[in-house]
Amino acid sequence: MTTATDIEVVDLAVTPLRELNQRLHDAKNGGPKSWKIVNPNGAHALAVGIDADLDVLIEGHTGYYTAGMNKHANVTIDGNAGVGVGENIMSGTIRITGNASQACAATGRGGLVVVEGDAAARCGISMKGVEIVVKGDIGHMSAFMAQSGTLVVCGDAGDALGDSIYETHIYVRGSVKGLGADCIEKELKDFHRAELGRLLEVAGADAKVDEFKRYGSARTLYNFNIDNAGAY
Amino acid sequence: MTDFDPTGNNGTNWHPGLKESYIFDRNTIHEIRRAASQGIYDIRGFGAKRKLPHFDDLLFLGASMSRYPLEGYREKCSTDVVLGTRFAKKPIHLKIPITIAGMSFGALSGPAKEALGRGATMAGTSTTTGDGGMTEEERGHSEILVYQLLPSRYGMNPDDLRRADAIEVVVGQGAKPGGGGMLLGQKISDRVAEMRNLPKGIDQRSACRHPDWTGPDDLEIKIQELREITDWEKPIYIKIGASRPYYDTQLAVKSGADVIVLDGMQGGTAATQDVFIEHVGLPTLACIRQAVTALQEMGMHREVQLIVSGGIRNGADAAKALALGADAVSVGVAAMIALGDNDPAYADEYAKIGSAAGFYDDWHEGKDPTGISTQDPELAARFDPEQGGRRLNNYLKTMTLEVQTLARAAGKSNIHNLEPEDLVALTIESAAMAQVPLAGTDWIPGSTPGGF
Repeated sequence: MTTATDIEVVDLAVTPLRELNQRLHDAKNGGPKSWKIVNPNGAHALAVGIDADLDVLIEGHTGYYTAGMNKHANVTIDGNAGVGVGENIMSGTIRITGNASQACAATGRGGLVVVEGDAAARCGISMKGVEIVVKGDIGHMSAFMAQSGTLVVCGDAGDALGDSIYETHIYVRGSVKGLGADCIEKELKDFHRAELGRLLEVAGADAKVDEFKRYGSARTLYNFNIDNAGAY
Repeated sequence: MTDFDPTGNNGTNWHPGLKESYIFDRNTIHEIRRAASQGIYDIRGFGAKRKLPHFDDLLFLGASMSRYPLEGYREKCSTDVVLGTRFAKKPIHLKIPITIAGMSFGALSGPAKEALGRGATMAGTSTTTGDGGMTEEERGHSEILVYQLLPSRYGMNPDDLRRADAIEVVVGQGAKPGGGGMLLGQKISDRVAEMRNLPKGIDQRSACRHPDWTGPDDLEIKIQELREITDWEKPIYIKIGASRPYYDTQLAVKSGADVIVLDGMQGGTAATQDVFIEHVGLPTLACIRQAVTALQEMGMHREVQLIVSGGIRNGADAAKALALGADAVSVGVAAMIALGDNDPAYADEYAKIGSAAGFYDDWHEGKDPTGISTQDPELAARFDPEQGGRRLNNYLKTMTLEVQTLARAAGKSNIHNLEPEDLVALTIESAAMAQVPLAGTDWIPGSTPGGF
C-alpha cells in the first residue's frame, strides 16, 4: 500500500505510456502524490492532462507536448523537452532543466513554465495568461499573437519578438534581434518591476530587474486601418 | 449577384442602347467604388454566392425494371450513422446523417447557440462549438457536442475536452482554406472578450495555422496528445477546407483521424474577406469523389467516416453527397436560416441597415435583426431559443425524410446504400466532378476510355 508520502516510480521502458497517463489522471481521485518517471526516451504526450496536485519528476529527455494542458501539478523535466512542452497549461508549474524546443507553453492560460536553458522558436506563441521564465535565449517569432500573461527572457530574443502581440508583458535582459509588427519597447513601471521581480524570484533566476527592458503592444493594429496594410 | 436583365426590370433607367459590360457589371463597379471609398476589402458572412457546379446538377435515376423500389412509409430505410469507430472508445451514434457545423459563440448569440443544441438534440444529431470556445448554453442543450480545436485555441481547456463527445481539429474551412477566423470589434462584447482573452472591441483576427504543429507528422502526435488527455474515449475529427481533398484525406487518415470533415467552398462563414470566399477552394461537388477515392485506396472507406459540408440545403443535396460516398453531411448556413436568419418578417429592419431579407450577409457587423448573428443583448433577446430549436428540428427531420424518399425510390433500405450508380449529371462539368455519367450517356469525362 502506498501512502501520500511515497514516491511512485514508473519506468517507461516497461510501462506503456497509456497506462502511465491513465494512472496520473486517476490520481485525481487519490493515491500517490509524488511521481518519478524514468526512461522517458523522448516519449510524446507524456504526463498530459493531469488534473491533480501532484509532484512529477521526469528523469530524461521528453518528446512533444510534455505536460500539455496541465492543471495543478508541478512537473519537472530533468532534461530537454520537445515541441510544445506545457502547451495550453492551465495552472501548476513546469520546470525544464535543459532546453525547450519550439512552441514552449503555446497558448498557455495559467501557471508557470521555467526553462533553465534556452527555448527555441515561437516560445509563448498565442499565450493566454501563462507566466514563462526562460533563463537562456529564445528563438524567433516568440510571443507571436501573445494575448496575455508574462514572458521573461534572461538571455537574448530572436527575430520578430511579439509579432501582432495583444496584452502580454515581455521582459528581455539581453538583446532583441528584431521586434515583430506592433511590438514596441515600453516603460518599465513600478507595477512591471514588481511583476518581474516576483517571477525572477520564483524561477530562481540570477538577474536584476533593472537589467531588463519591457516590450508590449503599441495597439495600432487592434482595429483595421488600411494605412497599416503592410503590417497586417 | 444577379445577372443583368436586358428587359429593364433589373435597372430602373435602362433603355435600348445602354449596354452593360459583362465584366464591369454594376456589382463590380459598386465594389470598386466601395473599395475606393472605404479603403478595406469587403468582409461578409454567408458563403460563396457565385454560380458553381453543385448538387442541383445531379439527378437520381430511381428504380425501374432492373431496380426494385421500397414502399414509402412502410419499408424501413435506416438513417443512423456511427462516427468514430476507428480508435475511439466511445463512438457517437447519430439518428440522422445530418450534423450541425461549427459556429462560434461570438459569431452567434448565446440564444442562437442554445437553439442549435436544442434542435440538434431533438433530431438526434450533434452540434459543434466554434472559434469562441464552449458555452454552457450549448453544452447544456446539446446531447452530442463536438468541441473544435482551432488555431486560435480561444477558451481551449482540458475540462471542456473531457466533457465533449468528440473533438474536431480544424485545419481549414471551405469558405477560406488557408485563412483564419475574423470577428470584428462590434461583436467583441465583454463576455466574448473574456472567453477569448482579448481586449474588448478589437478587430480580432484568428491565426490561420495551429501554434504547436506544422504538418501531418506533427498532427499525428497532436492527436495522440488529445487522445491521451481524454483517455482515448473521444472520436477525433479533422476538418479540412476543400483544396486538395485526395491528398488531404490520405494525410488526415495517416494522422490518425476517426472522422474527416470535408468543407467545400460553398461552406459558410461568419466573417471573411469576400475575395477569399469567392476565389479560394473547390466546389463541394468537386471534392467528394476525390476524398472517397483516397479512403477506398487506403481501405478506410466507412472505417474513417466522411462528413461533407458546404452548401448543403435540403435532403436532395444530402442524399447526393451520401450517394457519392459521404457518411454524413453537415449544415451551417441552412441551419441559421432554419432558425430564422433572413426572415422576411424583418424586412423593414433589414432595409434600415441597407440590406434585405434573402440577401443579408453582414453577419460580422452584429446588427442582425433576427438576433442570431449578434452580441447585442437587445437584438439577441428577440430570438426565442425554444422556438428556434423546434424550427431546426423540423428542418432536419424534413431533410431526413427527403433523403429517405430518394433512397427508397432507388431501392435502398439504408441511406448509406445510395451509390454513384444511382446518379447522373446534367452538365459535363458536374459529370467530371462527381464522376457520374452525363445524363443519357455512359460518358464520365476524365475517366471513360475514348472520351475526352
